[in-house]
Amino acid sequence: MSKLIAEGSEWTFQALEDFEREISRIASDKYRLDTYSNQIEIISSEQMMDAYSSTGMPIGYHHWSYGKQFLSTEQRYRKGQIGLAYELVINSDPCISYLMEENSLTLQALVIAHACFGHNSFFKGNYLFREWTDASAIVNYLLFARNFISECEERHGVDAVEALLDSCHALMNLGVDRFRRPRPISPEEEKERQKEREDFLQRQVNDLWRTIPQKETEPEDAHPRFPSEPQENLLYFIEKNAPLLEPWEREIVRIVRKIAVYYYPQRQTKVMNEGWATFWHYNLMNDLYDEGLITEGTILEFLQSHTNVVYQPDYDSPYYSGINPYTLGFAIFSDIRRVCENPTEEDKRFSPEYAGSDWLDTVHYAMANYKDESFILQYLTPKVIRDLKLFAIMDDDADSAISVTAIHDDYGYRKLREELADQHNLSKQEPDIQVWEVALRGDRSMTLRHNQRDRIPLDEDDTKETLKHLHHLWRFDVHLESLRDDKLHRVYHCTDQKVWVDAEKGGQSQKSD
Amino acid sequence: MAFLIIDRRQQGKQKSAVNRQRFLKRFKKHIKEAVTDAVNKRSITDMERGEEISIPKKDISEPIFHSGKGGKQHRVLPGNKEFVRGDRIDRPKGGSGGGGGGEASNQGEGMDEFVFELNQQEFLDFMFEDLELPNMVRKQLKDSDSYKLVKGGYLKEGIPARLNVVQSLRGAKARRIALGGAIKREIRALEEELDELGEMASERRRELEYQLERTRRRLNHIPFLDDFDLRYNNMIQQPTPTTSAVMFCLMDVSGSMTQDIKDLAKRFFVLLHLFLKRHYEKTEVVFIRHHTKADEVDEEEFFYSRETGGTVVSSALELMKTIAQERYPTDSWNIYAAQASDGENWADDSPKCSELLVKSLLPLVQYYAYVEISSGKEQELWRAYDAVTDQFPDRFAMRNVKEPADIFPVFRDLFERKST
Repeated sequence: MSKLIAEGSEWTFQALEDFEREISRIASDKYRLDTYSNQIEIISSEQMMDAYSSTGMPIGYHHWSYGKQFLSTEQRYRKGQIGLAYELVINSDPCISYLMEENSLTLQALVIAHACFGHNSFFKGNYLFREWTDASAIVNYLLFARNFISECEERHGVDAVEALLDSCHALMNLGVDRFRRPRPISPEEEKERQKEREDFLQRQVNDLWRTIPQKETEPEDAHPRFPSEPQENLLYFIEKNAPLLEPWEREIVRIVRKIAVYYYPQRQTKVMNEGWATFWHYNLMNDLYDEGLITEGTILEFLQSHTNVVYQPDYDSPYYSGINPYTLGFAIFSDIRRVCENPTEEDKRFSPEYAGSDWLDTVHYAMANYKDESFILQYLTPKVIRDLKLFAIMDDDADSAISVTAIHDDYGYRKLREELADQHNLSKQEPDIQVWEVALRGDRSMTLRHNQRDRIPLDEDDTKETLKHLHHLWRFDVHLESLRDDKLHRVYHCTDQKVWVDAEKGGQSQKSD
Repeated sequence: MAFLIIDRRQQGKQKSAVNRQRFLKRFKKHIKEAVTDAVNKRSITDMERGEEISIPKKDISEPIFHSGKGGKQHRVLPGNKEFVRGDRIDRPKGGSGGGGGGEASNQGEGMDEFVFELNQQEFLDFMFEDLELPNMVRKQLKDSDSYKLVKGGYLKEGIPARLNVVQSLRGAKARRIALGGAIKREIRALEEELDELGEMASERRRELEYQLERTRRRLNHIPFLDDFDLRYNNMIQQPTPTTSAVMFCLMDVSGSMTQDIKDLAKRFFVLLHLFLKRHYEKTEVVFIRHHTKADEVDEEEFFYSRETGGTVVSSALELMKTIAQERYPTDSWNIYAAQASDGENWADDSPKCSELLVKSLLPLVQYYAYVEISSGKEQELWRAYDAVTDQFPDRFAMRNVKEPADIFPVFRDLFERKST
């Protein structure tokens, strides 16, 4: 049995290399995981805290909020309230994974399987990451951002830059085009467009048109509304249209916006990404054991860590803090495999698309083409619902009590699926706020519109604070109309001097068109 | 597939240092309040640790647009035990979102304060800030930089004054043995052969005698002491505070001293104590408070108990003299004294005070600092002390203090003297 990679709990660089090689072999030969090349960096716990506070980026511009993050992590870590993650991985090419020096040999192997192959292949394969991020350019872009911002600090003062960044950060989540993505057009489409253009030109040259007498039209649309359509990407809108921003300020807005875009896929694929990585570290470690490359002691230590990672406290437990994305993702991916390999009657009824098909093809397909919301909607099976004992509640402030709307029974499966998917749908979880109108010919004030979903209002205090930040960028009055069932419910105003809310302009109905 | 393992442990430890400073700068006001609080709460002998600072979460939050409470909220939760569809659950009272609503995790953590640790360095920085200490003095207070020389082995080079005779001779002897051993052996062999030859004069004998003569000369050529043998004592600098010091804190606690004045006085005492601690191995503090009569008290009582009545300053000076003579002989203790008062004194008493100072106290002490905390013009005591300044310019200082920034000049003379 000299095949063993290493024994004991101390890791060595040789052992890390061996693990990487063996796992890489299994991952690509047996499971067809396609990854960026790996760059493993060993860091100390203090450096891990540094990495935490810069949201995992190897290079970040300076900002007090990162200092705050660092201080709170440090405090909680020192008091033993939190452990640090075993690893941190960056969506870049090569894919950088940070491993903590404190990890035992087993943990390092787990982390290599988890981060260097699980997350790495997800970054490379998932459609959101492919569309939204450019792994090879991110590190350079961050470097540029950092240098640019520190130059600005030198030139315009730290305080001015800080105030600007504060404002941008407040609107960061609204710096993404959620609904529209430019996509490459196909040759057919291109041809069609060309034909349209030709037709148009053809019409232009037809001399007959000139002979038709022109009607005297009232210039009713002499003052077209601006923006012509509501805009959801606030930061983009500000970058392009804020009247008084200096060029360097626009560039900083752009930097924050770009970084927001970079994080957007991660925020939408927490369950899938962690589930995928957990699913693979579980399989890969078991394969290492089956091949006799690791000892029983190692696999047992691994199983213990793995169990901790996928632990899901019940809703009434003091440890409960939401649904654990590791648990949910791992459960779903594992169940895809089960449904493919050993489908039951229920599975055939419930998931006819893939029951009994090749499991490896199916998980790869799922990984590449879904995000959390659609993934849950497609692959959450009754078995997972039963295992986790999921139930849905509805808390309606018009009702005197909370009602249970679905549990894990035949009636509830589909409903739970939908509701859990909604719960992971960013565009439903975040308030829907758009730029509605800018008074170009008036006081240049900007009006935003918020459409309440299920009568859920905005948090008043934070909304006021955030509006101040928006005002700081726009530099003219800002109004925010919150609509409940297409009727004005609250109107927030922010001027140079103050922020206030007008409550319920009762009955004054304004149809949004 | 190509891959790389990089060991980053050695580099870039303080990556967040800048961000940390930015944070501290931004919340300076809060932190300073907390530090001031801590200074007032702590014992003056206990200023050299960091402090846990808490800031209301509200003040440091980074706002974003997000949904508030109300409306129709849907949640999916794990771990169902007893519920079936259609069950109705009463809203939990009090808690935000409540145990039934998953919101509890997002909003209801119950943490209203953002808590973090200020390290000692930062703590002192904030504490000194409004004292307006020059940077060099801050540094002196923060790191101990007084050294004493201790023996640390021997060197081959040095100044003659440090020559170590024993080591040098020992080395010389060893060298002589090492170099001379072979020659001596040779001499012995020659002598033996000579003895064997007997008295008979012969060619061989003459030859042996010649050889013996030459070898003996060789032995004599080995020097008794060579440059090579010299050893010098090596002295290394070891950072050590020198000896012991006692600090007398004298304060007027008569009715006219308000808490504000006392707090200001406390800053002054703290600063002196920190300074002493840097320079002396052992520091003790004696608290003497007085109104018409003086007592030795503990720190708590010193700063926070209230007394009323008139003021007889000389009582405190008498008591200090007694204590110093009994417990702190000047040959083993450096005595420092700091007196804080609002300057009011019984009119007849002031001349007595200055006499006490000049005759009995100032000869004992290293330094005597008097601060008068008053916003008006000079008081009784000030005028009495004024004369003393001229007699003992190097060990007596007095200042009028109106606000914290005025405290430092009192120390300036002291620091200047110590740092040269």
